Amino acid sequence: MAIFLDQNSKIIVQGMTGSEGMKHTQRMLKGGSNIVGGVNPRKAGETVEVDGKTLPIFGSVAEAMKETGANVTVMFVPPAFAKAAMIEAIDAEIKLAVAITEGIPVHDSAEAWAYNVSKGLKTRIIGPNCPGIISPGKSNAGITPSDITGPGPIGLVSKSGTLTYQMMFELRDIGMSTAIGIGGDPVIGTTHIDALEAFQNDPETKAIVLIGEIGGDSEEKAAAYIKNHVTKPVVAYVAGFTAPEGKTMGHAGAIVSGSAGTAQAKKEAFEAVGVKVGKTPSETAALMREVISSF
Amino acid sequence: MDLFEYQARDLFEKYQVPVLQGLIADTPEQAEAAAAKIGGTVVVKAQVKTGGRGKAGGVKVANSPAEAKEAASKILGLDIKGHVVKRVMIAEGAKIAKEFYFSVLLDRSNRTFLSLCSVEGGMEIEQLAEERPEALAKIAIDAVKGIDLAKALEIAKAGGFDDELSAKVAPIFVKLYEVFKKEDTTLVEVNPLVLTEDGKILALDGKVSFDDNAEFRHEREDLERDALDPLEAKAKAMDLNYVKLDGEVGIIGNGAGLVMSTLDVVAYAGARHGGVKPANFLDIGGGASAEVMAAGLDVILNDPQVKSVFVNVFGGITACDAVANGIVGALEKLGSKASKPLVVRLDGNNVVEGRKILADANHPLVTVVETMDEAADKAAALASK
Repeated sequence: MAIFLDQNSKIIVQGMTGSEGMKHTQRMLKGGSNIVGGVNPRKAGETVEVDGKTLPIFGSVAEAMKETGANVTVMFVPPAFAKAAMIEAIDAEIKLAVAITEGIPVHDSAEAWAYNVSKGLKTRIIGPNCPGIISPGKSNAGITPSDITGPGPIGLVSKSGTLTYQMMFELRDIGMSTAIGIGGDPVIGTTHIDALEAFQNDPETKAIVLIGEIGGDSEEKAAAYIKNHVTKPVVAYVAGFTAPEGKTMGHAGAIVSGSAGTAQAKKEAFEAVGVKVGKTPSETAALMREVISSF
Repeated sequence: MDLFEYQARDLFEKYQVPVLQGLIADTPEQAEAAAAKIGGTVVVKAQVKTGGRGKAGGVKVANSPAEAKEAASKILGLDIKGHVVKRVMIAEGAKIAKEFYFSVLLDRSNRTFLSLCSVEGGMEIEQLAEERPEALAKIAIDAVKGIDLAKALEIAKAGGFDDELSAKVAPIFVKLYEVFKKEDTTLVEVNPLVLTEDGKILALDGKVSFDDNAEFRHEREDLERDALDPLEAKAKAMDLNYVKLDGEVGIIGNGAGLVMSTLDVVAYAGARHGGVKPANFLDIGGGASAEVMAAGLDVILNDPQVKSVFVNVFGGITACDAVANGIVGALEKLGSKASKPLVVRLDGNNVVEGRKILADANHPLVTVVETMDEAADKAAALASK
């Protein structure tokens, strides 16, 4: 099973012909993803050779879907054009749109989200400012290294890219059903809760690791959701205990404003609903090992 | 980025939001001249990005240019909650009949915008929200539709304005939303919005925050910005994502989450080693090239507080051998400027090759440690010596 992405996923890449798009198309192909084409209105009709595979370039997401049956798009589009790319994907009603781009103005993300809501949420957006999603052994849509770990019983949802890789690495001998990086921006398409719900319903996922960080209240809401809806074991990690108030720590959304969004409050919210919180990534991995060994 | 009050005033004026005259002054003499130009009673207001100015003596009424000069001389240089006043605004006086509250902001929790509004203004919004929550309207704003006149009237009514006042404030709400949208802000707040004795509505004080991600589509080179810490300025010039903190262990890592996590792990380790703390946040991003590594090390080694450096990299997109080459290259580049011990933890892609490169280089300052927790402990121990 896995969530949102599996062996049947047919992926197109918006912005494939750019340097980042090209590099990661190559990496995704090497990792076994089924990439069926790219989108670039200025290069429609052309083809691109990637490691011996010929990929067609289409003028729009809708056209690419019609010609290839694609159901996933990954975006490597510069910030100034990301809103248009997201709206194009929403209009085409593609099932999954993964926005890797960092640095998108928050008004653009908010508008794209409002547009998606007005269209009935037919497209699941992951990101922006995220590493994407990987279901090891099945498919990889994004920039997560494909070879850190193989398939297994753990579901991982994280705001951070490198902490996703770190946690996959710590638990590499156990493996994952799906690891999803939801992104570090203030407005994102898929939340901790969305991933928790999907993992709860996924028979392949036996336990869940949740990684959060300072800023916003996604973790607090996730804790409330776990209490009422998640029966599978969850362990959590929160980054940013030492972050000073009012300073953005790398991710646009990683900021403590006044007393809101602190790591301490998030940790307490998890612990109040019985979710164990690791002090460090490796302690969190050790907590997950305990869970797995108790099965 | 948060704006100073005078910058918010100027921005409101640009969008035809009614404001009073306001002139800035950096010296008592300039304040005197500004007061003379405006005429009559003026208010001298400290330009600092913190609340509680009035209580701290940062806002004074002056009835003549001489009084304005006197007030400015008292306010300039004042320390308000750690913010030293370098500039004042001389604002035209107003006869206030009533004070209201209005704001529009990013509501990240609901992935939309939110307008807050109350006919009861004149106090801090947090206080109003706590003491009289029923008096504070919270209206969700669709990011595509925004605030048109109908929406503005709905907001005013929900905030407790009567029909007559609603008709007066609603067009101003529409203009304030225009500021919010066109200027790519995450907050536009007017507190207080006032009704004067002669029946005019004015935005008397405003807070505006710009979205840093949207800077590329605005021309703001001339805008006064907060003075950066010298190390932060240096890092910014080199395009590094750096935040100066108050500690002894310099931190370099890749990825915002991993770096935040590194700070925490170092702080825990520091508690076991005489209370040393992380000295900074520095995310060198995915491509940890020799140039970026050298630039990062250069900034950190220039921090006199730093006693040791922890380089924490997980090779995801970038391979560890490239990072190791980056570290070796950076140390060569820096030469004798590299004077503090470096603890390096590498994991992930090509880790064996990466560690071998560091072992072969055998640099006297570099210690390679296998795990993040052990490396943090080692770096903290070195910093506490």
